[in-house]
Amino acid sequence: MQPIHLAWVDYAILIAYTVFVIGIGFALRGYLKTSSDYLTSGRSIPAWVTGLAFMAANLGALELVGMAASGAKYGIATAHFYWVGAIPAMVFLAVFMMPFYYGSKARSVPEYLNMRFDYRTRCLNSISFAVMTVFASGISMDALAKLLNLLLGWDYNFALLVTSAVVLIYVLKGGLTSAIYTEVLQFFMIVLGFAPVVWLGLKDVGGLDVLKQRLANVAQNPAALSLNDKTFAPDAWSSAWKPLLAGPAHNPMGVDVFAMVFGLGFVLSFGYWCTNFLVVQRAMAARNMNAARRTPLIAAVPKMFFPVLVILPGMLAVALATLPGKDYHLPHTAIADSAFAPAIADIQAATPATADAAFDKISADAGLKMDQTKVTAIIKANSLAPLSDQELKTELQGAVTENYYNGVILSLVKRYCPSGLLGLALTALLASFMSGMAGNVTAFNTIWTYDLYQAYMAKNKSDRHYFIVGQATTVVGIILSIFCAYFASHYSNAMDIIQLVFGFVNAPLFATFLLGMFWARTTATGAFFGLLGGTVTSALFHALTIATGNTPGLKGGYLHVVQTFPSEMAQNFWLASFAFGACFVLTLVISLVTKRTKSDEELKGLVYSLTPKLKDNEQHFLLRPAVLGTVLIAGCIILNIIFW
Amino acid sequence: MGLDIRWPIGIMFTLISVLLIIEGLITGPSTKALGMNINLWWGFILLVFGGLMLMGAIRGRKNKKEDGK
Repeated sequence: MQPIHLAWVDYAILIAYTVFVIGIGFALRGYLKTSSDYLTSGRSIPAWVTGLAFMAANLGALELVGMAASGAKYGIATAHFYWVGAIPAMVFLAVFMMPFYYGSKARSVPEYLNMRFDYRTRCLNSISFAVMTVFASGISMDALAKLLNLLLGWDYNFALLVTSAVVLIYVLKGGLTSAIYTEVLQFFMIVLGFAPVVWLGLKDVGGLDVLKQRLANVAQNPAALSLNDKTFAPDAWSSAWKPLLAGPAHNPMGVDVFAMVFGLGFVLSFGYWCTNFLVVQRAMAARNMNAARRTPLIAAVPKMFFPVLVILPGMLAVALATLPGKDYHLPHTAIADSAFAPAIADIQAATPATADAAFDKISADAGLKMDQTKVTAIIKANSLAPLSDQELKTELQGAVTENYYNGVILSLVKRYCPSGLLGLALTALLASFMSGMAGNVTAFNTIWTYDLYQAYMAKNKSDRHYFIVGQATTVVGIILSIFCAYFASHYSNAMDIIQLVFGFVNAPLFATFLLGMFWARTTATGAFFGLLGGTVTSALFHALTIATGNTPGLKGGYLHVVQTFPSEMAQNFWLASFAFGACFVLTLVISLVTKRTKSDEELKGLVYSLTPKLKDNEQHFLLRPAVLGTVLIAGCIILNIIFW
Repeated sequence: MGLDIRWPIGIMFTLISVLLIIEGLITGPSTKALGMNINLWWGFILLVFGGLMLMGAIRGRKNKKEDGK
């Protein structure tokens, strides 16, 4: 990717944003008196602010970049991650679960688990979550530093340290409130920074009708853009449900409808939105029960329409790539620096006569899919008059056909944004990386201070003590994140394994919450061993299945291949479904054979059937969570029908 | 929490809008943005957004004063 040149105005916007987020931290400093002000915002924030932060906390830059990538790869079906995989869960959280989280006065999700079950489940959940947040923020910072290095030519270390320092300052000064405020700022930056890019892209393609017609061409011959080896019906990129209902062989995701609706729409989505402390913490910071319940509902409104901003660009990019005369192609993956030498040696050793055999070796050494005709041409040219190493590098890179999907959104920003708008869009991207780190660090703070330090290491200290520990944890959390960023940049394989393990832990989690909140008979022992069993099930499932095209190993199937799935996504959705099922059944059975340790009185406010129903009657009819939730679900169904 | 977030949002976007409008006036239409003066137009939209946020913040402060806080 060519570096971008930034003008004074771009830097001015970037600096303005940085100054404001740091300023917010300092402005909030005076309001922080207790540890709860610092770690839970003292439960004082209005619903529209927590709502937008709830949404923005999930809208990290990796999500932004990844959704555009999926939009290019899979088309409108990517919106299922929003309309199936988010909205219903957000409504469920608001209507059914928030009363227990907020009403129980728990300061974190693991603390709720402690109240409902016992220390074992809390310990399991808080440790895995704490480690996960640190790794997540490290991955985010690594990606940011790499991006700044690639795009602006900044030194990796410099970029990593400067951005971490900015996050450190504003989180240290303003705590959770600072992180939440910055997330709201980031939300508006993203909307206002990316909207013009999407609008220009749509205008360039020639409107929605041309887009649809172009996507039909793409679907019938996705190989032309190296998107997919198969061919599909013309509506595979522009319909959300029809290709899915036709079966995994007929949609580019390679997913069946059960895996999509149950695996993603129920297990993974409810598991994430209803139990992940990173997002739930935002709702818990709201100023009262009504505001807390309205938080996910307010978040659901922009969430529903966000595919326009994050998925549409990917679809526009593939459409644009098929339009002659637009001079646009999808970004291609760069050949790794270390792979050039062997690939160049291959070229120099080859002759036009051996070009066919050499091609496979060159492609394997470069580690990427390449265009055979172009490679043959390079071999021919080199055998006539030897090319310099630099020329060979350029030529080889030009022959790569493997798409770099994560670069799609940036390629559009570069294409349409003159200086000024460019600064705005890049700042939006930078903002979402930084708030991704801040969000994780604040969640880590609270979990560490309340669920691990206060619970197991230093009980009954003064509030001042926990306040200081909270601030010290911020510093430690950021330092750990920086270490993780370096770790991620050096050992990307180890990182894949770590993320895989977190996937195992998270997949069954929702079963524990569902039974715990809605079935008073669930026992602490049942919950703990059910969760462990569910985690083991996901690990086993992964060891026994694989996706087509993958070799057994990190991608699964290393014990024995029992089942082959059409795609990794399908494998992942089925894994979650099995883990959930195992956790559900185990918790149920173990609960039935073990004794309850908590009385009905103790479970009041923690379990649905034992808690007095909240009276919504005092609120205006349209503001009641159940009514708002129904309206949102209806809106979501309408969107699904429009893009059926 | 003490600080009304509409202040920083309003001030920041107003500032950015001014930067974009100046850039738009200096450089004129851009071939990249399909021949439009996108900085100028988008600058105006941001100005409206920033202004609305500031209006909300000012109104919020008035209400607070009237509540006697």
